[in-house]
Amino acid sequence: MSTMVTARAIGRPLDRVDGPLKVTGTARYAYEQPVDRPAYMFPLQATIAAGRIIAVEASAATAKPGVLAVLTHKNAPRLAWTGDPEVAVLYSDQVAFRGQLVGAVVAETSEIARHAAGLVKLDYQERAPDVVLRADRGDLRKPVNAAFFGAGGGELQNGMPADTVLGDVEAGLASAAIRLDQIYTTPMCHHNPMEPHTAVASWADDMLTLYCSSQGVTGVAGLVARVLGLDPQRVRVISPHVGGGFGSKVYPIAYAVLAALAAQAVPGRPVKFTLTRQQMFCLVGNRGPTIQRIQLGADTSGHLTAIAHDAVQQHARVKEYAEQIATCTRVMYAAPNRRTTHRLAALDVPPPTIMRAPGEAQGMFALESAMDEMAIACGLDPAEFRIRNEPPAHPENGLPFSSRNLVGCLREGARRFGWQPRDPAPRARRDRGWLVGTGVAASTYPAVQLPGSAAAIRAEPGGRYTVSIAAADIGTGTWTTLAQIAADALDVAVEQVKLQIGDSALPPASAAGFSSGISCWGSSIVEAARQLRDRLESQHGGTVPSGGLEVTANMPGNPDAARYAMHAFGAQFAEVRVNEDTGEVRVPRLLGVFGAGRIINPKTARSQLIGGMTQGLSFALHEHSVTDPRFGHVINHDFAGYHIASNADTKSIEA
Amino acid sequence: MKPFRYERAADVSGAVALLAAEPNGVFLAGGTNLVDHLRLGIAAPDLLVDVRQLTSGRIEELPGGGVRIGAAVPNSDLAADRVIRRRYPVLSQALLSGASGQLRNLATTGGNLLQRTRCPYFQDLTTPCNKREPRSGCAARDGYQRDHAIFGASEQCVATHPSDMAVALAALDAVVRTRGPGGERTIPVTDLHRLPGEEPERDTVLEHGELITAVDLPPLAVAANSRYRKARDRASYAFALVSVAAALDVADRAVRDVRIALGGVAHKPWRARRAEQALRGGPASEESFRAAAEAELAQARPLPGNAFKVPLARNVIVRMLMDLAGEQR
Repeated sequence: MSTMVTARAIGRPLDRVDGPLKVTGTARYAYEQPVDRPAYMFPLQATIAAGRIIAVEASAATAKPGVLAVLTHKNAPRLAWTGDPEVAVLYSDQVAFRGQLVGAVVAETSEIARHAAGLVKLDYQERAPDVVLRADRGDLRKPVNAAFFGAGGGELQNGMPADTVLGDVEAGLASAAIRLDQIYTTPMCHHNPMEPHTAVASWADDMLTLYCSSQGVTGVAGLVARVLGLDPQRVRVISPHVGGGFGSKVYPIAYAVLAALAAQAVPGRPVKFTLTRQQMFCLVGNRGPTIQRIQLGADTSGHLTAIAHDAVQQHARVKEYAEQIATCTRVMYAAPNRRTTHRLAALDVPPPTIMRAPGEAQGMFALESAMDEMAIACGLDPAEFRIRNEPPAHPENGLPFSSRNLVGCLREGARRFGWQPRDPAPRARRDRGWLVGTGVAASTYPAVQLPGSAAAIRAEPGGRYTVSIAAADIGTGTWTTLAQIAADALDVAVEQVKLQIGDSALPPASAAGFSSGISCWGSSIVEAARQLRDRLESQHGGTVPSGGLEVTANMPGNPDAARYAMHAFGAQFAEVRVNEDTGEVRVPRLLGVFGAGRIINPKTARSQLIGGMTQGLSFALHEHSVTDPRFGHVINHDFAGYHIASNADTKSIEA
Repeated sequence: MKPFRYERAADVSGAVALLAAEPNGVFLAGGTNLVDHLRLGIAAPDLLVDVRQLTSGRIEELPGGGVRIGAAVPNSDLAADRVIRRRYPVLSQALLSGASGQLRNLATTGGNLLQRTRCPYFQDLTTPCNKREPRSGCAARDGYQRDHAIFGASEQCVATHPSDMAVALAALDAVVRTRGPGGERTIPVTDLHRLPGEEPERDTVLEHGELITAVDLPPLAVAANSRYRKARDRASYAFALVSVAAALDVADRAVRDVRIALGGVAHKPWRARRAEQALRGGPASEESFRAAAEAELAQARPLPGNAFKVPLARNVIVRMLMDLAGEQR
C-alpha cells in the first residue's frame, strides 16, 4: 500500500531533538542506566588463537575479597545450541580465536573484577594459528550460507549469489584493444564507535532486562532469548541512545550473553559490563582483509568489453561469513562480458561482521581504482570514462533503475569542484614541497528494505500522539527524523508527536543496518498513521475518543520492488597532497554529490554524507588493524595505534 | 587493577622519603601515562606518592640568562609561555605537536620526560616484552616494527621513547634537576634516558625515589632560530615516526652553531652529534646538510619494518636545515 504524505516537516533541517541531552551529558547511554546494587564483570579472554582449555585455576581469584563469582566453561550454565558458536559463550573448552571470551569474574567493583580476572590461570593445548589471508591458499572455497549471519538462506551476507557470469569474459578480454589486470588489497579494520559496547544485565522473575548499546534491540532480544533458551517475551533490551555502531552493534552479542550469565551467577544483583577499547578489537566484529583481482577490457573508443571482479576474503573458522564485495561491480558499468566471484578463507580469527558499507567499501575501492587506471590507459578523463560506460539499465538483470543519477552527479560535481582535464602523469603538479593531485570516484549503495518492522501510534484527545517502534538512533538522527515523518503522516506538528524507540518492548523494528532504517521504520509509521486516520474517520467521526485510540501496523511491502533495480548513486572528488620529503598525505578538499533519494532532514542527512566521506578518507589513508601472525591478534589495538582520521586530517568536506 | 596505597607528602623531601621506603612504589604527577598503565596492568605498584602539588609550577628566567621550568608545569602552559616561544620556539612547537589539548593540560614537564614507550608489545600483557617483564623476550624485534628504533637498539629491546618535548630539550642542552634519597643532582637531558642494552626495563638513569624537580634551559643564542618537525601517520594525535628538533645559526654562508635531535628513532631522544660536528664551521648548503644527515644515519641499524625511517629522517633533517637557513637570511 503506498501512501502519499504531504511534506511539511519532512525536508526541513530540524535540529536534533536529542541534541540538548547529548551536549549537556544527560542522555543516558547503556552503562549509565541506574540499577540497584550493581556488580561488575570483567571477562577472561583466550591467550591462544587455536586449541582448547585443559585446566582452570581460579582459587586465587575467588579468594579475593569482593569477588562474587568466577565463571568458565567448567561451571557456566550450558546455553541452548543455536548453531552459532559465536554467541554460545563458555559452551565448551574450544578456543577459536585469540581474545575469545572464555570466562568472567564478577565482583563488587570493576577494579576488583579486573584485578581478579588477571589471577585466573588457564592452561591450554595450543595448535599453531592460521591467520594469514593469501589469494593462493589451496583451501579457498565458495560461500554457501552466509546470508544475514547464516539466518537468511543465500550465499553472501546480503543474500545474493556468490558468483555471476554474463557472456564470455575471456573472449571479451582477448578481443579488447586495451586491457587491465590488477590486484587490490584492503586491510583488516575495526568499527571503533566512540561508545564502547555495553551490557547491563538484570534478572527478575526469569525475565532478563539488558541495557545494551545496540543498533537493533528487537534482533538482539531475539538472539539472546534463543541462546539462553528463553521465550522471546522474557528478554527485554533497552537502548535509547547509541554512541555509534558502524555495524558492530547489530549482531555481535557474545559479551551481552556473558553478562546475562554473570548476572545469573549472582542472584539479585544486576551486572554491568563495558568493553575496554582493546577488547573491541576482538569481541565485536571486524572488517576482514580482502584481496581483489580486477580485469578490464576496453575497445579503442573507451567502451568496456569485459569486467571481471574476483574477491577473496577471510572469515572465522567457527562461522561462515561472506561480504558482498564484488556485487557493486554487477551494478556500476556497462560491458557485454562480465564475471564476479567471491571466495573465502576460513582462519583462526575473530568473526568478522558488517562494517560501514560492508562489501561495497572494499569492492568500490578496487573497482574505482581500476576504472581510474583504465581511463589513463584509454587516454580518457576518468570522469568522462565513467560516463562513457554508463549502463542504460541494470547491467546484469536488465531491470530499469528506479533512479540513477550517476552521470548527473559526475557532471555537477565536476562543475562545483572545478574539475579540469589534467595531465595524468604522476608528479605533474607541485606546490611548495607538496605534490598535488585530484581524483574522482563513483559511489553506490543499494536501497534495501529489511523485513520485520511494525509501528504503533496512540492518539490521545487534545492532539497528542505517541509513536512507538523499537528503532535505533545510532547517532544518525532517528529521534528527529522519525518524528518528522510521523508528524507529516498524521498531518500534525512535530511538537505533537512523542516518539518512543530503543526498547524491544515496543513494536519490532529491523536493525539500523544496510542504510535501511529510515525507509523501514518510516514506512511502518506512515502505514500506522494511515490506518489510525482511517479508523478515526470511519469509526469515530474524526474525533479521538476519550480513552484514546491505538493502531499497530506492519511495514508495507514495496509493490514495485521486483520491477526496478534500486540503488543510490553519487560522485566524489578529492584534492590530495603528498609531501615530497616525507610521503605524508593530506586531503585539503573533498566534494561529494549524491542522488540519495528523498531527504527527510537535510541537516542530519548532510552529517551522514560527510561522515561517510570522512570514514572513506579514514579507510583509504589510516585505518589498519595489524595482526601479528605469531600470536593471531591485532597488535595495534588502541587509538594510539589504530588511527582514525582526526579533525586535522579533514579540511574542506562538502556534500 | 591491583589495589595500592595513595599518599601525599608535605614537601619534596617527604615524598622522596615515602617512596624510598617502599621499593614497589611510584610517583604520580599528571597521571596521563601511569593511570593507563595501572588499568592495563603494566604497572602494579603498592604505593603511589602524589607529587603534583610539590614541585614548582612556575617558569622563571634565571640570572645567568637561562630558564628554569618547574617539574609540575603543565605541557600546555610551557608551550604557551612567551619567553619559551620567543627564545626556544622548538620547545613550544614540540609540545604542541604532542598528545591532545586535554592531555597537555594535565601532563607535567617531569612526567612527560618519564613517559614510557608506546611499543604495542610493551602495552600488551599477553605478549613477551623484556622491558615489562625482564628476560621474557622481545616480541617487537620480529613483529610489527613500524614505530621502532633505528639507533642504539639491543637484542633485548627495540622500543622508542615517545616524547616530543624531550627531543627539543635534548637539542637545547637542557639539564634535569633531581632530588633523591642521596640528595640533589643535575643530569643533562641527553644523559637522562638510557639505551636499552641488557636492561631495557630501565628507561632512565634515575634511582628509585629520585624525583625530577625542575628542568633548566641554558642561555642559548642559536635556539632563537629553532624548529620542530614531526612526521607521522596522520596530521595530529599520533606519535612520531621521525621527528627533528633543530636550531641553526648561519653567518657568511657558514654554519656558526647548530643543534639537532631526533625523535621516534631510539630508546632515548637522539642527539645527532655527528651531524652537528659535520656541519659546524662548514658551508650552509643543501649538499652539506645532506652529507651531515647521512653521516648521522650511517649509524642506523633499521629493521625491515622501519627501514623507511632512514630516508625519512634524512629528508626531514635536510628540509629543516634549509628552512632554518632560509629563515635567518
